[in-house]
Amino acid sequence: MSNPLVDMQKPEVIFCIGTNMTECHPVAATGLKKAIAGGAKLIVADPRRIALAELSHLYLPLRVGSDTALLLGMAHVIAREGLIDEDFIENRTTGFDEFFEHISQWTPEWAETITGVPAKDIETAAMWYGSANKGAIYYTLGITEHICGVENVQSLCNLALMTGNVGREGTGINPMRGQNNIQGAGDSGALPNNYPGFQAVTDPEHQAKFKTEYGREIDLEKGITKVTALELCGDSIHAMLIDGENTLLSDPDREHCEHALRSLKHLVVIDIFLTETAELADVVLPATAWGETDGVCTNTERRVQRMRAAVPPAGEAKPDWWIICQIAQRLGFKGFDFDTPKPIFNELCRVSPIYAGLDWERIDKGEYQWPVPHKEHPGTPRLHEESFVNGRGIFSNVHYRDPAETISTEFPVWLTTGRRLQSYHTRTQTGRAQGIDYLLPEESLEVNPADLETWELTDGEWCKMSSARGSINIKVKATNRSPRGTVFASFSFADVPVNLLTGSGYDPITHTAELKVCPVRLEPL
Amino acid sequence: MKHTIEIDGVEVAFSEGETILEVAQRHQKEIPTLCYDPRLEPFGGCRLCIVELEGARNPVASCTTQATPGMVVRTTTDTIEAYRKTLLEMVVSENREVDVPPLRGYAAGELADLRDRYAVNGTHITGAKSGTSKTEDDNPFILRDYELCISCYRCVRVCAEQEGDHAINVMNRGFHTQITTEFDGLLKDSACTFCGQCIQTCPTGALADKKALRAVDEVAHVIPDKTRTICPYCGVGCSVDILTKNEKIVGIHPAMDGPANQGALCVKGQFAYDFVQHPDRLKTPLVRGDDGELHEATWENALDKAAEGFRKVNAEHGRHSIYGIASGRAPSEAAYLMQKFIRVGFGSNYIDNCSRA
Repeated sequence: MSNPLVDMQKPEVIFCIGTNMTECHPVAATGLKKAIAGGAKLIVADPRRIALAELSHLYLPLRVGSDTALLLGMAHVIAREGLIDEDFIENRTTGFDEFFEHISQWTPEWAETITGVPAKDIETAAMWYGSANKGAIYYTLGITEHICGVENVQSLCNLALMTGNVGREGTGINPMRGQNNIQGAGDSGALPNNYPGFQAVTDPEHQAKFKTEYGREIDLEKGITKVTALELCGDSIHAMLIDGENTLLSDPDREHCEHALRSLKHLVVIDIFLTETAELADVVLPATAWGETDGVCTNTERRVQRMRAAVPPAGEAKPDWWIICQIAQRLGFKGFDFDTPKPIFNELCRVSPIYAGLDWERIDKGEYQWPVPHKEHPGTPRLHEESFVNGRGIFSNVHYRDPAETISTEFPVWLTTGRRLQSYHTRTQTGRAQGIDYLLPEESLEVNPADLETWELTDGEWCKMSSARGSINIKVKATNRSPRGTVFASFSFADVPVNLLTGSGYDPITHTAELKVCPVRLEPL
Repeated sequence: MKHTIEIDGVEVAFSEGETILEVAQRHQKEIPTLCYDPRLEPFGGCRLCIVELEGARNPVASCTTQATPGMVVRTTTDTIEAYRKTLLEMVVSENREVDVPPLRGYAAGELADLRDRYAVNGTHITGAKSGTSKTEDDNPFILRDYELCISCYRCVRVCAEQEGDHAINVMNRGFHTQITTEFDGLLKDSACTFCGQCIQTCPTGALADKKALRAVDEVAHVIPDKTRTICPYCGVGCSVDILTKNEKIVGIHPAMDGPANQGALCVKGQFAYDFVQHPDRLKTPLVRGDDGELHEATWENALDKAAEGFRKVNAEHGRHSIYGIASGRAPSEAAYLMQKFIRVGFGSNYIDNCSRA
């Protein structure tokens, strides 16, 4: 997030797109509700009539995968109506003239033909966001889990840049991170393109630094992403070390994924349960869980915080860092002589400019949001206040692209996937918490009541849902949350493995899977 | 004009908009309250926070009265203390019990603490009881023991103001006042999201943590140990206190001073903690045997096997045949060492985390 969570109560206009915040980030959503109670206007763009849509002043029910078209249409209106921030564009950005030219063709009427959202509502959304002194954008995986995830994010950046809604209280472009330390995993350098602290592996300065730091030559080019690695399993990838991820259930195209992992010569999984993924491993190593582990995590607003052990480990379980050290030491690798997490975190701080001002003691109370470039620095709750890290904000002349697969006579219904409030990911944790079943005992497919007849379905009965990759059985639930022609299910329940169906395509740059769009066919059982 | 008021004979500064209670609390005045939660709008319902204000005919509620320059306030006079004791006697007389296990909720002991502070023995007034417990609500998380309710409305207000859910409301008046949901039904049929905030703000334990109370025999009236940490679920990073007794997690309290959540939590952070000590946890390493099955193994054996496999694949297929995937759930030390393992060990950037799915 460019802005801190406390800023959520400050905007005049809030634009939420592709974020089911009341279910996926409920505590963050309380901030938005307070902003609305204080008079802020809420615009929600989402294919489903989610709870946030019910709270909104303007709801844009766009067709799944059409976000870029909607955002181009909004940019067109903002430019046409002269709602741009000329000073900001002049002083902080580059490429506006070309962008201005580019968006002149993408009218809201054109966007209506793609998105299904009435042109006048697109205009209203643009007018509200464009006129706001403080306009903030919030998004989640509904923006990124598309083959055009990068274009979607760039389109949001265009809106913020052209209106100057960056670097001030109650503004910004704010992606909500979905796991308690997914930000920290990236910060720590577990990425094929970046060393710790987002230092590009292709930058000669960083290459030299880590050659010295790690005492060996490291590839000068980027590594491959996990998606590519899974595709290469059995061909050129033969061994994997997976820590705390139920790849089989969380990733798209389960059959492909299972085949990939089975074709490895050596698979080591570190986890707290014998997950579906761990069951395929050659060696399974039991890790200490949350509540048993001391360590550091970084939240969605870049706040670096301490996690603390409260109870002893289950059985012989050991911390993840200890396990990795033990394997490394057995292979003769240097730099893995750690007995506690503290010196590991301090090493991460030492090699990462964004953490340079931090250490184990300083983050005790969780006051710091990175970047914290030196010990006297107070941290950076709000990014881009004076300038952008890379100089000027760049306008992107994006084009709309259809999803990897579109509906057809064979697969005439859009399936979109996500999470629910009461369950989390693949339910390895919430599925084992007493009481959660009372609230959400099983998965069901949300279908618009008017669509039941079309597909000969019955509310509460099972149906067969098929995509180009496979089919599953799932119980039907009639609800107006789903628009006509679009159905929804979460990927949380192992007995309804929705990710058998997904996996039609990937964003070519980020390799993020298009989990939000999958044409399917529905049949009664 | 100077922004100061006089509290108990001492001139103190205040900022625009501050209430007398807030100024007094900053200066370590222990004014009793029951309906007050600093995260919520002032309510002025319980009247315990009354103070003497020079020039005012009657005592004023300090939680709803904003400080204005030149005010002269007395927080603890004999008259005020007598009023407070009488008020507490009335409140206590309405309830079935006052001493409740601390596991009921974060603020559950507030009424008992004030009863002790004011030496209220509970026999002076023997008025009617108020509140009817909703025993038929079989939800696994929130006990609705309204016989302990004192109508402070903190639950109603936290649900509306803090959560924006408006699931709880008030029915009837006077002794018949009843906290309930729409159509007086079950919580699961209301707008309730089971975030547990009503439990944690309740000053009497009328709304209580049913799940934590499972451990009440072990914990009884001892306040459990607390360990400050961060919730294991989404990326908001809410601070929580894990409650433990005899090496067992018995419950969760939201951290009221948590920088990302200021005391707020959701159903997962509040209630979905017991996966940690679930019988399904992996307790020993497992190694695949010649029979193709996973078998329990010693750490030595398992780590040797793990290392040996990577050594072999590296020797046969080269360093670009090995890939590492770090967790978005483990601490940063694990992710840092995972990338270091790949980069130091194999000199490649064949490392990723689980953020692409």
